[in-house]
Amino acid sequence: MTINAGGADTLKEVLLVEDSPGDVRLTREAFRDFDQTVRLHVAIDGVDAMAFLRHEGLYADAPRPDFILLDLNLPRMDGREVLASIKKDESLKTIPTIILTTSDAEVDIAKSYQLQANCYLVKPVQLTEFENLIKSTSDFWLTKVKLKQQTQTR
Amino acid sequence: MNAMAVEEKITEVLLVEDNAGDARLAQEAFREVNRSIRLHLAADGLEAMAFLRQEGAHLHAPRPDFILLDLNLPKMDGREVLRLIKADQSLKLIPTIVLSSSETDADVLISYQLQANCYLRKPAQWDAFDSLVESINNFWLTKVKLPSQMPSG
Repeated sequence: MTINAGGADTLKEVLLVEDSPGDVRLTREAFRDFDQTVRLHVAIDGVDAMAFLRHEGLYADAPRPDFILLDLNLPRMDGREVLASIKKDESLKTIPTIILTTSDAEVDIAKSYQLQANCYLVKPVQLTEFENLIKSTSDFWLTKVKLKQQTQTR
Repeated sequence: MNAMAVEEKITEVLLVEDNAGDARLAQEAFREVNRSIRLHLAADGLEAMAFLRQEGAHLHAPRPDFILLDLNLPKMDGREVLRLIKADQSLKLIPTIVLSSSETDADVLISYQLQANCYLRKPAQWDAFDSLVESINNFWLTKVKLPSQMPSG
């Protein structure tokens, strides 16, 4: 539809890769509460996420995300494999990819940084803590961090 | 000594910055927000790599929990430092945050291409600088799970 003056510059595209509908809903609500400029896109498994990022199939018109929130344990294609694919791709590798998972196992943390995750966040069990985490993440990555300029996708 | 003596974990941060004024501002800002941070300073790219590789005077340097890296540095450029860190199987795990006064798209792009963990623009105003340091502390030290200090293989 129509875009407000300056709206095109301020709208932030975030891709959430998450298979749990409950967590998707909580994340969506947290973003809505704290940052109205975020448009949250959801991929429910790794294959879906890669299709979104590569503009395949239903995702022919998908925007390039400003950053990605990636769960590790996903059906069909694991989050670690998604991360490896993103960071091997010359174009996709510049999209900050933030791990957001319930796992706090050292091996998952180390593996994620080895694969060049931009940072690793553990999903808190408590709802208010979860909301705070989304708020901090949104604050830091969308207001402090300088992201790569959006270029027109071909 | 004994385990009880450890009250809180010290977070080791390496700041790679050639401007003495900026280094001092960072030191003061970190001291203000979090006393458990130990800030180490490298004044150029070569010194940063010596610190990370524990060479010469830096034989006993700790492995940093994260690195704040300026881009324009004497002797060895920050982009080259970043490239070397991310090409090293052990060092690449250390989150490396670019903190530069440059706002050119090319510098932002190259930093993410070289797999900087994030790119922060150094503000010109010191109070904005304080608030940026506070944000770094709040996000990277209280929210983010950093890789453990375990020496790798």
